[in-house]
Amino acid sequence: MIKQVMDDNEIRRALTRVAHEIIERSKGADNLVVIGIRSRGVPPAQRLAALIGEIEGVKVPFGTLDISFYRDDYSIRGAAPVGASDIPVDITDKHVILVDEVLYTGRTIRAALDALMDMGRPSVISLAVLIDRGHRELPIRADYVGKNLPTSRSESVKVSWKELGGEDAVTIVSE
Amino acid sequence: MRFTKKDILGLEYLTPEEITLIIETARTQKDLLSRPIKKVPILRGKSVCTLFYENSTRTRTSFELAAKMLSADTSSVSVSGSSINKGESFKDTLLTLESMGIDLFIIRHEASGSSHYASQIVKSHVVNAGDGLHAHPTQGLLDMLTIYENKGKFEGLNVCVVGDISHSRVARSNVWGLAKMGAHVRVCGPSTLIPPDFDKLPCEVYTDLDKALEGADAVNVLRIQKERMDRGFFPTIGEYVKLYGITSERLKGCKDDVIVLHPGPINRGVEIDADVAYNHSVILDQVTNGVAVRMAILYLLLGGGNAEII
Repeated sequence: MIKQVMDDNEIRRALTRVAHEIIERSKGADNLVVIGIRSRGVPPAQRLAALIGEIEGVKVPFGTLDISFYRDDYSIRGAAPVGASDIPVDITDKHVILVDEVLYTGRTIRAALDALMDMGRPSVISLAVLIDRGHRELPIRADYVGKNLPTSRSESVKVSWKELGGEDAVTIVSE
Repeated sequence: MRFTKKDILGLEYLTPEEITLIIETARTQKDLLSRPIKKVPILRGKSVCTLFYENSTRTRTSFELAAKMLSADTSSVSVSGSSINKGESFKDTLLTLESMGIDLFIIRHEASGSSHYASQIVKSHVVNAGDGLHAHPTQGLLDMLTIYENKGKFEGLNVCVVGDISHSRVARSNVWGLAKMGAHVRVCGPSTLIPPDFDKLPCEVYTDLDKALEGADAVNVLRIQKERMDRGFFPTIGEYVKLYGITSERLKGCKDDVIVLHPGPINRGVEIDADVAYNHSVILDQVTNGVAVRMAILYLLLGGGNAEII
């Protein structure tokens, strides 16, 4: 069974609210770098960087982070295709907004934090996600959440993005 | 796609898709070499052993660096200083090392086919780092990565391999790999240094260098192996230089954007002119790409067969 939980307008509003929250809590956008986790965290990161930039009238640096080499399931699932990280600025002493689409077990975020630490020493790392679906396996939480979505483990949450060739939408798929 | 091969023994056994996956993985991994912390944890707990029966600087160092950057543990065994000197056989050496928990062997041996043999003896992965006159697949792949970075494609390129073809496992690996990806490969050298079986490989054979270089997009210059040249393959080094030495003058028949490769080590002023080597070649890029290609291979092999796209 497939159930849509967010459409394009709801996604836009959620990301706009998150962008405002980030600016409010960071007291501006001066020191921010927005980094999306490849590949599905890239569209929301790109949009957040653009929204923050628009609201504050500045250009917010945006980058992508590949975590293939930091995964904890390599011995079980094997080699996944590797992408390149592309972060245009030195993240040392910056406030990094790490972005992903769905927060679930927290393992991807653990890998991303390790990957970031190897690239520099940010002053702060905050986590922004479009969906938090619960079921954490690690002590990790998001600082900014577009929508909290209670799910069961047997369900899966699918987000499609215009940038990746779909319509903007969030759906829950259950057996 | 999944990478399901257990071993890398020669490029003739890889599909074009597998070659593309290795090259794409290497291109993205190269980013790691320019970072302040050149290490990622992915191969933590894996043991890699270089087992070398022949001398090597760049291949061995490059494999070891690649393994270390991915956090694998490395050990290296060479003939001098090991029990091989006490007469331990190749098979016994392999089994002994495998019993110590080696997950992947990188093997260089003077006998063609030695890596094949090793891959049947051990359950661990085997990467051929040069077996006799047969193959040197990682050299072939790093040459291909370098060509791809400069040309953006393989399809339709003219690549000329010049020099001592018969003693060169690099030449064979270039021919197999490049031809698989749709490039036209020409080999050129004195007829005494071109083995008769080359007409069965996917390449054209030339003895006239100017003809071979005509319209070339890339020229791969092989080392004249002085240690093998006492058997009268050509009259004098001077004559070889005159007929087959690569100089800027000779490169005029190639495409304007031709690139010059050399697997190293170089004999300056013999197979390649110093000016070409230092100012007009991509030799040092090849060395960097060597580390990237070897990282890609270690990552894909040790990830072992059940890769899923996530």
